[in-house]
Amino acid sequence: MKGIPVSTTVNGDDVEFVCDGRETLLDVLRNHLGLIGAKEGCGTGDCGACSVMLDGQLVCSCLVLGAEAEGREIETVEGMADGEKLHPLQQRFLEHAALQCGICTPGFLIAAKALLDHNSSPSESEIRYALAGNLCRCTGYDKIVRAVRAAAGDVRRQQKARARRKAAAQN
Amino acid sequence: MQHDSKFTNQKFKLVGTRVMRPDGVDKVTGRARYGADTFAPGQLVGAILRSPHAHAKIRGIDTRRAEKLAGVKAVITSADLPDLTDGDAELYNVLENCMARGKALYDGHAVAAVAASDAETARKALKLIKVDYKVLPHVTDVDEAMKPAAPIVQPRVRSKYRPGKRTNVAGVTTYGHGDVDAGFAKADVIIEKSYKTEQVHQGYIEPHACLASVGPDGQGELWVTTQGQFAFRNRCAALLGMEMSQLKVTSSEIGGGFGGKTHVWAEPVALALSRKANRPVKLVMSREDVFRASGPASSTSIDVKLGATRGGRIVAAHAELRYGGGAFPGIWGEIGAMAAWACYDIENVRSVGYEVVVNRPKVAAYRAPSAPMAGFAVESTVTLMAEKLGIDPVEFRLKNAAREGTRASYGPTYGPIGIVPTLEAVKKHPHMRARLGKNQGRGMACGFWFNFGGQTCADLAIGEDGTVALSVGTVDVGGARASLSLIAAEELGIPYEQVRCNIADTASLGYNDMTDGSRGTFSSGMATIFAARDAIEQLRQRAAKTWGIAVKNVAWKDGKAIAKGKRKSLTLKELAEASSNTGGPISGHNQVVADGAGVSFASHICDVEVDPETGATKVVRYTVVQDAGKAVHPDYVEGQFQGGAAQGIGWALNEEYVYGEDGRLQNPGFLDYRIPVCSDLPFIDTQILEIPNPNHPYGIRGVGETSIVPPLAAIANAVSDAAGVRMTHVPMSPPRILAAIKSSREEQELTR
Amino acid sequence: MRYEAPTSTREAIALMSGAKGDAYLLAGGTDLLVRMRGEFIDPDLVVDIKRLPGIQEIRKTARGFSIGAGVPCAALGRHKPLLRAWPGVVEAAQLIGSDQIQGRCTIAGNLCNASPAADSVPALVAATAKAVIVGPGGRRRLAVEKIITGPGATSLGKGDIVSAIELPNRPPKSGDAYLRFIPRTEMDIAVCSAGVSLTLGPRNVVKQARVALGAVAPTVVLVPKAARAIVGTRLEDDALQRLAAACEAACSPIDDKRGTVEFRTEVAGVLARRAAVIAYERARKKR
Repeated sequence: MKGIPVSTTVNGDDVEFVCDGRETLLDVLRNHLGLIGAKEGCGTGDCGACSVMLDGQLVCSCLVLGAEAEGREIETVEGMADGEKLHPLQQRFLEHAALQCGICTPGFLIAAKALLDHNSSPSESEIRYALAGNLCRCTGYDKIVRAVRAAAGDVRRQQKARARRKAAAQN
Repeated sequence: MQHDSKFTNQKFKLVGTRVMRPDGVDKVTGRARYGADTFAPGQLVGAILRSPHAHAKIRGIDTRRAEKLAGVKAVITSADLPDLTDGDAELYNVLENCMARGKALYDGHAVAAVAASDAETARKALKLIKVDYKVLPHVTDVDEAMKPAAPIVQPRVRSKYRPGKRTNVAGVTTYGHGDVDAGFAKADVIIEKSYKTEQVHQGYIEPHACLASVGPDGQGELWVTTQGQFAFRNRCAALLGMEMSQLKVTSSEIGGGFGGKTHVWAEPVALALSRKANRPVKLVMSREDVFRASGPASSTSIDVKLGATRGGRIVAAHAELRYGGGAFPGIWGEIGAMAAWACYDIENVRSVGYEVVVNRPKVAAYRAPSAPMAGFAVESTVTLMAEKLGIDPVEFRLKNAAREGTRASYGPTYGPIGIVPTLEAVKKHPHMRARLGKNQGRGMACGFWFNFGGQTCADLAIGEDGTVALSVGTVDVGGARASLSLIAAEELGIPYEQVRCNIADTASLGYNDMTDGSRGTFSSGMATIFAARDAIEQLRQRAAKTWGIAVKNVAWKDGKAIAKGKRKSLTLKELAEASSNTGGPISGHNQVVADGAGVSFASHICDVEVDPETGATKVVRYTVVQDAGKAVHPDYVEGQFQGGAAQGIGWALNEEYVYGEDGRLQNPGFLDYRIPVCSDLPFIDTQILEIPNPNHPYGIRGVGETSIVPPLAAIANAVSDAAGVRMTHVPMSPPRILAAIKSSREEQELTR
Repeated sequence: MRYEAPTSTREAIALMSGAKGDAYLLAGGTDLLVRMRGEFIDPDLVVDIKRLPGIQEIRKTARGFSIGAGVPCAALGRHKPLLRAWPGVVEAAQLIGSDQIQGRCTIAGNLCNASPAADSVPALVAATAKAVIVGPGGRRRLAVEKIITGPGATSLGKGDIVSAIELPNRPPKSGDAYLRFIPRTEMDIAVCSAGVSLTLGPRNVVKQARVALGAVAPTVVLVPKAARAIVGTRLEDDALQRLAAACEAACSPIDDKRGTVEFRTEVAGVLARRAAVIAYERARKKR
């Protein structure tokens, strides 16, 4: 077996690894890079537990070959918090008890972040459809949707504050 | 030290508040470690070869080519798991289920396993193992399996169903009281109806996973996703011939179990591989393996006969409940028979449960196991009866509901219980007055679960800084560490944040039963209270020693020892700091058989919309009302209510095992085994009632399971209201509903 | 397994046509990796086409639109002119899987995977879409319905690569729509489906129409009789009934884990009727 050398970026860090042609990005993250936040719930793209961002696009890392990561940018749940400060979604998931067993949580956080990054005022229905690729078997989704709605409010406030700062800087 | 478990109606400072869970940050940052999230130096990858046949004699297994493949370190078959069960029939069933012994009993039954240096080598090795099968006739349907001419799944099964003969009915049990025939003779109205429910899976998102390590010295370690590390230790040690204390089992974070992680499947195989290879072996099931070869719930076939007077009183009830338990005998029909009529006060009542063996995977518990199917049949019939009598279904249930002092259909006499309060709450709930749109309908149903207590122990160690490490032995499946920390802090009178709750491994604490039967918070809560009281006793002794007064003159209040009649006090922190001079470390311990788990009742209301042209059903509104005894952490109690309801909705509408003519499972994946997605569900409204359990100091009842019992019937009743068709086959998938709508239309046209 | 990500089309064709053993093209991978995982296939070579020039682009051409074979379906919805011209094709493509799947899956892959239940294919057939094929024999165009020959089977030869899907420009007063039936609200494979494309003439009478059904036969079925049922009408009730009846008559489905023969047949007619109404409304509102 001859390995494939790959250079990529994970959560802003340059990373190199050698993988087998069949290995998925999920296998690589977990088994080569020690990033266990993305989970394998199905291996077939049906549960979303392995969700990561690939060049700014939400994907299931179980449906990406490790070799495809060459030259790409990958973001995982491990890169979501800003130092000690949790992302609003992480904070709201805790406050709203939006997790029970927590195995699906990293995938939900990534998918919800992908939603809020381009739509910070989603309706309940938009939240539900944006998260339809992430299965949760514990919560009935109720508290997850509420947490995402609350985090959307936080993101809007952050955006407004940023706009105000920008305007003040220009004046 | 003797502790009193009677309910005391104390006022709480912390219990009942919505604090943040202690394991939360790890779980939102990706740090929490589940079954597949740990690694050992030199670990191998384990993989299991499974039978593609529903029923086949294994004439031989040739592993030679696999063994020769570079990187393969061990290949095992049932020969490597010798029978050490010593006449223990249930243990033998577990052994045979872990690895087929001469016969494959279902599609997915393990027949061999390998351990190799990497996943790709393990995959190739499995392909090199040649199994010589002689395919046998199979049976997967519960009714078919009961017929005299059905293929026999387990030749060793005997029961009174066909005395002295081979049969697939492994047991028949009867519950009830009164004279049912006399009761029906007094009835003005009798309804008889038959129901069928398909097999479902718990659908936890985390597949079974473990890391096993056994050395030639007979010592072993197992890191595993489980609902019970002690039970897994006992089972694995017995199957492998190890001494219990030599096998240390650590429960990982668990990514959902719902009963499905109460049994061992691949773990003994991983241990056997590790022992043979003398290397750690990580074994993770694929999702396909989980569906084909873990422990789904039973499929059922149920007949119900119900008799009532015109005035609305049930006078007789009878149910025949046939549960398909998979390829091994179970107790699922018996539990169904016990649960069937538990909501009602009925003078003449009987239920008969049948344990049916079929060529499907060995059934495991699934959240209130067996009760949802029985509930579907009973609660559908109860609503039918109310309709026939022209009585509101809630009023009809209130007229017949069990109360304190009612003799339950399964034997005991109830103490204070919550079914009437949940029904009263439903009556008053705004949901009952919400407007229904076109093609929409409303249904409601009740549900019951026994709850369980069991063997439990807890350790509570006070650090020298006055903070507390609490060790419990029940796996935390959904927030229990927060609840147990609240309880410890409440007892000791210290802030919640000063307690850290840890789930102990099997080497660090005495035996605990599994987290099942909704027992985690009930029983570990009880042990925690008593362990804290044990610690407080020591704290009082230390204070008494410090002050030179009698212990009886020291009280404990708000986290402080207080000398009676004097203005002297010592905080927990002060006592802890001084502990090295007053007698050494301070800790509390308790072990208890937590008896008296209070039974639990719920009533659900559901609105659905049915598309009459496609049979598609959408749940538009859903409300859960349930008795929690005492909600220690209301967020996680609501979460249990919502999660159970969502699982019940999936079961009612779309989830089912589909077997082909060949006896193979057609849909072993989340694509075609359709659990509800986020956009399928509305917000699930909850109302927590608190009718204290008299047998728990805080009044706690288990809350985890009951919420999955009512949804099947609640939705069936709502579909009937919306579309005018009575669905008797679950899941009520669009093809089944559309077919029912069409045939009812044809019937109407014929009678016109 | 060998993995290659060529950067020129010639190289890609050479890799595929010269491959010994089982060679597969990788676009979005949402079918290929699932089939590998399920051990349905065991490739010796996988050629990733996503680094080929232009493969990730949607281009407006004189004839209409050219959608590169590597364009993920999520990108179709972000392309406003395409969305305006072919809303039914875009909605069909965007019904495939979750947002996660959308970020990877492609309509070219959906076509070449040749599933009878492929979501985008009925809409593409209704839309008279063409596949651009490059291969050892050069470059050619083929109507999409000519690509699929049976479940999992295509007319493509060794070394052939579908490099783009082309959609024509729209005459005025045209609309299309796609509907599928799934048991859940998301994530399922179509139990049956219908794509309708139509153009209106004077007084909003249907001048021209195409109706295609999915998951009711071994391949997507074009139903000319259903189209004729609505041409010359304003989708009055009887016209819609004739459309539904023609669709039902064109169905030859199977019983499987996803649905029954009766269900698929009846619901295909219902969906075609509903899709026709949506397409009609879209056409009517256009200038």
